[in-house]
Amino acid sequence: MTAGAGAQVGLPRRTLLRRSSAALHRRPWLRLGGLLSAPLLWLGVAYLGSLAALLVTSFWSTDTFTGDVVRVWTLENFRQLWVEDVYRTVVLRTVGIAATVTVIDALLAFPIAFYMAKVAPPRVQKALVVAVLMPLWASYLVKAYAWRIMVSESGVVDSVIGVTPGFGLVAATLTLAYLWLPFMILPLFAGLQRLPDSLLDASGDLGAGPAFTFRSVVLPSVLPALVAGSIFTFSLSLGDYITVEIVGGPSQLLGNVVYDNIGAANNLPFAAAMASVTVAVMVCYLAAVRRTGALDNL
Amino acid sequence: MATRFTQAGSMRSLAGSSVLLAVAACGTSGGEESTDTSSGGGLAAPDLPMLQEVGASEDELNILAWPGYAESGQTVPSVDWVTPFEDKTGCQVNVKDFGTSDEAVSLMKTGEYDVVSASGDASLRLIAAGDVEPVNTELVPNYADVAEFLKQRAWNSVDDQMYGIPHGWGANPLMFNTDEVTPAPDSWSVVFEADSPYAGEITAYDSPIYIADAAMYLKATQPDLGIEDPYALDEDQLAAAVDLLEQQRANISEYWSSATQEVSAFRSGDTVVGTTWQYNASLAQSKGTPVKTVVPKEGITGWSDTWMVATDSEHKNCAYMWLDWIVSPQINAEATEWFGEAPANLKACDLASDENFCETYHANDEAYSEGIYYWNTPIAECLDGRTDVTCTDYSDWTTAWTEIKG
Amino acid sequence: MRLPLLARWLLGAGVAVALAFIYVPLLVVVVTSFNSDSTFSWPPRGLTLRWWSAAAQNDGALDAVATSAKVGMAATAVALVLGTMAAFALSRHRFFGRETVSLLVVLPIALPGIVTGIALNNAFRTVLGLDLGFVSLVVAHATFCVVVVFNNVAARLRRLGGNVEEASMDLGATRLATFRMVTLPSLGSALLAGALLAFALSFDEIIVTTFTAGAEIETLPVWIFSNLFRPNSAPVVNVVGTVLIIASIVPIWLSQRLSGDTAGGRI
Repeated sequence: MTAGAGAQVGLPRRTLLRRSSAALHRRPWLRLGGLLSAPLLWLGVAYLGSLAALLVTSFWSTDTFTGDVVRVWTLENFRQLWVEDVYRTVVLRTVGIAATVTVIDALLAFPIAFYMAKVAPPRVQKALVVAVLMPLWASYLVKAYAWRIMVSESGVVDSVIGVTPGFGLVAATLTLAYLWLPFMILPLFAGLQRLPDSLLDASGDLGAGPAFTFRSVVLPSVLPALVAGSIFTFSLSLGDYITVEIVGGPSQLLGNVVYDNIGAANNLPFAAAMASVTVAVMVCYLAAVRRTGALDNL
Repeated sequence: MATRFTQAGSMRSLAGSSVLLAVAACGTSGGEESTDTSSGGGLAAPDLPMLQEVGASEDELNILAWPGYAESGQTVPSVDWVTPFEDKTGCQVNVKDFGTSDEAVSLMKTGEYDVVSASGDASLRLIAAGDVEPVNTELVPNYADVAEFLKQRAWNSVDDQMYGIPHGWGANPLMFNTDEVTPAPDSWSVVFEADSPYAGEITAYDSPIYIADAAMYLKATQPDLGIEDPYALDEDQLAAAVDLLEQQRANISEYWSSATQEVSAFRSGDTVVGTTWQYNASLAQSKGTPVKTVVPKEGITGWSDTWMVATDSEHKNCAYMWLDWIVSPQINAEATEWFGEAPANLKACDLASDENFCETYHANDEAYSEGIYYWNTPIAECLDGRTDVTCTDYSDWTTAWTEIKG
Repeated sequence: MRLPLLARWLLGAGVAVALAFIYVPLLVVVVTSFNSDSTFSWPPRGLTLRWWSAAAQNDGALDAVATSAKVGMAATAVALVLGTMAAFALSRHRFFGRETVSLLVVLPIALPGIVTGIALNNAFRTVLGLDLGFVSLVVAHATFCVVVVFNNVAARLRRLGGNVEEASMDLGATRLATFRMVTLPSLGSALLAGALLAFALSFDEIIVTTFTAGAEIETLPVWIFSNLFRPNSAPVVNVVGTVLIIASIVPIWLSQRLSGDTAGGRI
């Protein structure tokens, strides 16, 4: 900026900042280490550590009266989970509901995500994004209670179609599907946006009808996004206990059993054992979907 | 670029796993040392000192209470006995509500609360765990006016030492919708029998302690089971109660754990009959729902709540000030009249706004009170004194409850 | 794009169904906030503005909103830092265990909230012996917010590539200067989208909060939860819900405007 014509442009001064910057450039692992240190410390040590501590607790037991943890190693909690039918029933029921919620959300989310990504003019698209995101801000509890009002006798559902599922698993499934819908729409929308229009046009040019194009072009491309959304709907439903309390009637899900054992039974070891089951389910699910590249699409 | 890091990466993961193991090995602590609870017959409470004198206010008090017990004008502006307390003592109050005794017990374990209004199914667990300490009743002048039949009871005292100040007592009557349920029921069979005409519209309390209600019903209907005390059930008796409740489960519309929940279900018509608190019934009636309560012939369970002081509390002076305040005649009248239960302090009867208040709630009626099966905590040593069998304890009941709900 | 008529009709129907599904319950919330009956009855027996005026005077609600905002901002700030660092690490470098780290980042949000809640509660109280409070809550929230920021930044970094940064450094800028003047501006909207979503997640979080907040901290969801216990003041929560829905239009719309990329943030 100051050099006149023909003047020598000097090298920048070798300040500490420059030297360290150069050093970092030459040693990428140092950069990497620095970048990873804080997140790894937080997530790897603190978070994983607390999960590990919880897992350890599941091998202990409780003094049944006082509720204090007795640090004696035992497999009793897991044995009980395995042997008593009710726990298996609850786990299967919860996994089933989580899967159903995922399917419902996928079916509901796809048309609107497709419309937003491919068909809607830009202003409509922006408006729709706002419209889809707004419910995320309304409190979870308020929305769940709204569903309670809707499915009760002479509630909204009853007034419109004459019959209502009442409080129970159907209501719980619908409510959960409702609560997690935005979490399915957003990744699908992002995934569909990345799908080039030209691909769809080309498929049409080659003679495929919309249904065929959907099955063979669209679906495979958005599968990672779909799976990414499913991770949310599945895991959020797997551990939920509040919705079931509000609209689930007399039913209980996995989250309720865990919660009751922390609260009612004051039996942290047993709750931890039950929680480990959910962790195991989710880790298996995550490992299975890693291959589909879903984790990059979250 | 990748190779350099492999070494660092494996070093890091090694360090990481050793840290993890170290953390995990420290693991969880066992809370306070629990003393041997199986010595002798009954409960062995840890040896904890009690406060010897009430000093200056610590300017803070954290209350754990049943909803409606510590009102500060948030529900209805005129219903407030917390703000006057704050003004008088300078103890700034934070109130946390809980829905079931189980929640109360686990919340007390966090050590965040100074006083708790514990029912009988929570109090003994708190005492045994050392989460609450003995209460020095001499530091609570209003204790003298508490009804004698509430003092030194099984759920609020151990070895003649009081662990709290009684707040009041009430029952769990049967509530029914007068328009839908005719004729008016006089027996719990309407909620327990498989062929109840109100199947699918029945409610029950969502807590393992409800098993006692089933046991009480069985005491009357199946006397050969030999149930004397619904809280002292051996394995066969518990199994019978569980069968009854599993049978009931098929007819349940919803289990309730908060007043709002039960009242809303009655109002919408999803539920027409089931166990309740008087508070819920009064609330429903005030909203125009046609409900009535009745004491069925098999009897009723009930609860007597005690204000207890947390062992680890840092605000014990404020805690004792609260104990004295809440059981003072005027405040006890306000609090128990608002909730709908009989007051512990009989002088409150004259100060209630409804002059029939104490009659409605049988506050002076010792015989009526004796007829209630008060919530108690089931323990292995049978509460009815049997020594030839081991009774089931609360954790057995909790496991049973999960099975009942399916 | 051009679609045959039947496909258009079906698509339109699908959109309508989805929108109806999303908004009918919200309408119920709004209507119930005017319901003169306080026990959530339907149809509303009468209309009243009572709950609205009660809400306006309700200090508890306002305090709770403020607390939630503070917690949200703190958690978002932490998540921004950690998420960006992790995103850089994973996008710009190849290393052993890369996939594991990315799995680790996702884990807090992939595991059910109750598991994260009791694990952290256990860790704080029994392992470390600390009191629950603002710090424990922010730590808990930041933990599951990291992934939101991470995803947005990583996606943006993938799109950007490293060329511009290299060019900047070739021209003599230090790493820090490059980061400040080149990288950060291009990340801007991704950071904003991530921050907004992280804030939203933290603002409405109830399950993990129940276990890690302690007695004194009352975030908005905790306040709502405790008010649902009080039958006579329960409808105020519907007022609060309505206000939140309407108020949320502003930040969402703003983030749409500021971010050229209309993906609306990636969860």
